Amino acid sequence: MYWEPVQERMDREELAQLQLERLESTLNRVYRNVPFYRRKFDELGISTEDFGSLDDLPRLPFTTKEDLRQNYPYGLFAVPMREVVRIHASSGTTGTSTVVGYTLNDIKTWSNLVARVLTAGGVTKDDVVQISFGYGLFTGGFGLHYGAERIGASVIPASSGNTARQIKIMMDFKTTALVGTPSYAMLVAETIQEMGIPVSALSLKYGLFGAEPWSEGMRQEIQDKLGIVATDNYGLSEILGPGVSGECQERRGLHINEDHFLVEVIHPETLTPVAAGQAGELVITTLTKEAFPMIRYRTRDLTSFLPGDCPCGRTGRLMSRVAGRTDDMLIIKGVNVFPSQIESVLFEIEGTEPHYQIVIDRKRAMDEVTVLVEAAESIFFDQMRRQSGMVETIRKRLAHELGISVDVKLVEKKTLQRFEGKAKRVIDNRKL
Amino acid sequence: MLRIRNVESGYGRLKVLRKVTMHVGTGEIVTIIGANGAGKTTLLRTVSGLLRARSGEILFEMREIGKLPPEKIVFLGCSLVPEGRQLFAPMTVRENILLGAFPQFRRKQGEAVRDDIERIYGIFPLLREREHQLAGTLSGGEQQMLAIARALMARPRLVMMDEPSMGLAPLVMKDIFSIVTRLRDEGNTVLLVEQNARAALGIADRGYVLDTGRIILEGTAENLLSNRDVQRAYLGRDLDAEGRM
Repeated sequence: MYWEPVQERMDREELAQLQLERLESTLNRVYRNVPFYRRKFDELGISTEDFGSLDDLPRLPFTTKEDLRQNYPYGLFAVPMREVVRIHASSGTTGTSTVVGYTLNDIKTWSNLVARVLTAGGVTKDDVVQISFGYGLFTGGFGLHYGAERIGASVIPASSGNTARQIKIMMDFKTTALVGTPSYAMLVAETIQEMGIPVSALSLKYGLFGAEPWSEGMRQEIQDKLGIVATDNYGLSEILGPGVSGECQERRGLHINEDHFLVEVIHPETLTPVAAGQAGELVITTLTKEAFPMIRYRTRDLTSFLPGDCPCGRTGRLMSRVAGRTDDMLIIKGVNVFPSQIESVLFEIEGTEPHYQIVIDRKRAMDEVTVLVEAAESIFFDQMRRQSGMVETIRKRLAHELGISVDVKLVEKKTLQRFEGKAKRVIDNRKL
Repeated sequence: MLRIRNVESGYGRLKVLRKVTMHVGTGEIVTIIGANGAGKTTLLRTVSGLLRARSGEILFEMREIGKLPPEKIVFLGCSLVPEGRQLFAPMTVRENILLGAFPQFRRKQGEAVRDDIERIYGIFPLLREREHQLAGTLSGGEQQMLAIARALMARPRLVMMDEPSMGLAPLVMKDIFSIVTRLRDEGNTVLLVEQNARAALGIADRGYVLDTGRIILEGTAENLLSNRDVQRAYLGRDLDAEGRM
């Protein structure tokens, strides 16, 4: 099933032509309408006239989160405010929030792109979609809401929080698709178990999750516990919100909506393109945004392009699920460590719950990392020997995966904090 | 069907088109809107070979046509209905139509021309009635029909039209636009240049906004119609005044 079959299955050569057209017109517009870009292009001696190929893209300057902050709130808007019909702000997981705007056409485009992602994830007009993303400045709630309405699904704007009530709604309203963060899906799954509700009492078929990194192990767990097909989707408010890319039911990576976004993967330090298939920082140029176009925006999200065609027939390139953010990257004893690496190790180990916390301290100039993991009840109360055996296994696997040694502690079930929005799993006590 | 990349073109030292990139897909009506002097006519003249592009690529059905003479381009299936009709006033309607059939005569398919004329008269019954009248005596709308008819005689797959509604009364204009839609419905592809942006976007699938030789916007006709810049600049809506009301 496709939402826009012609666009989603467009021949690569046709796509390249369309991308070039849209890129050139975007450059002409930002040069004309956004003083920030005009200045930047002039300083670098770039004229939109000597731009003639997608291969010229690396000659354009990057736009960074810092640029957005310096132009807070409306400095990078390409249309007058009277044409802006919606304002959102980034969720501010890291630092100051940034403000983005949408014209009426942008909202239409956004709805269509989210409709593509939802359709790819299995949602049709016959579904009842419960949106447990927060509604507000964060783009997740409204983005998915408009997309689901566009498809014609029945949308329940449940918003985030109040898990017991969400579960009641899920049962009473016969929700068939759950939308939210993967960590919230985990929380829902656990609460259902606790309340003694069998999965068969739910009508859930699909789950579309995003807004934070999650591992393949976590997907398996969510799918098993809720009895659904869980797909990942990706977006960020600076670019659009949800709708940038999403998995189809093959679940082998996220299809990028390349007719609307030009994507690159670069090395976050050398800023040059990485070799095909290598992980790096995702850089996005918008091709159709009216109010808030972005040229080579450094997302700080880490991903890689996946090779090969998808049997689903979509021709948009696949990106791997986002492994973390360049600014999530922890430098521990000089080694780059991503929380997602730790997560995927934990998921492979039997007897642990998918809740963990990473605590970093510095003692006498030495970094010390402790990973707190919730143990499944059965193991925790069983025998000390099995417990310490498990700690040892985790320690070894983590050392192997990360290249540094970390301390592991098992904690009782339900002792670590739960998150309804984006999870915060790292506590860095180092004063750097 | 038509793919243009980074085309630059102009007259003498005057550069009119500055890196224009666009395409027309098979079966589409694509319109180019823009103010006077934006380069719309220059673009059509460049594609049809009347003007030589200084740089860039022009591909018609994947074949580079940028260096071909105009008659060769017509021969390949890409015809222009020029701005201001450009009919031969002292010749009859039928003679004007026959002039459009030169590729068929050259292919020695003179026989087929008779069928083609019949087909054309099917689309434009009025021209059959006026068959023996001199082209110069036709009304503006009839002349436009004749200009389109002449272009169709070459059996083009892509018809490019330059301001077909120019100087026509609103009702006549409506007829011309319904003919454009009909051409597309019968399997033709149309590239339409129009000052009357609203009417053009009303029948088009997609459009481009050309501004001082540059494409500044590409989109579905629907999106362009609801774009405020397009409304203000080309659809004659004074949004600020509306806002004050």
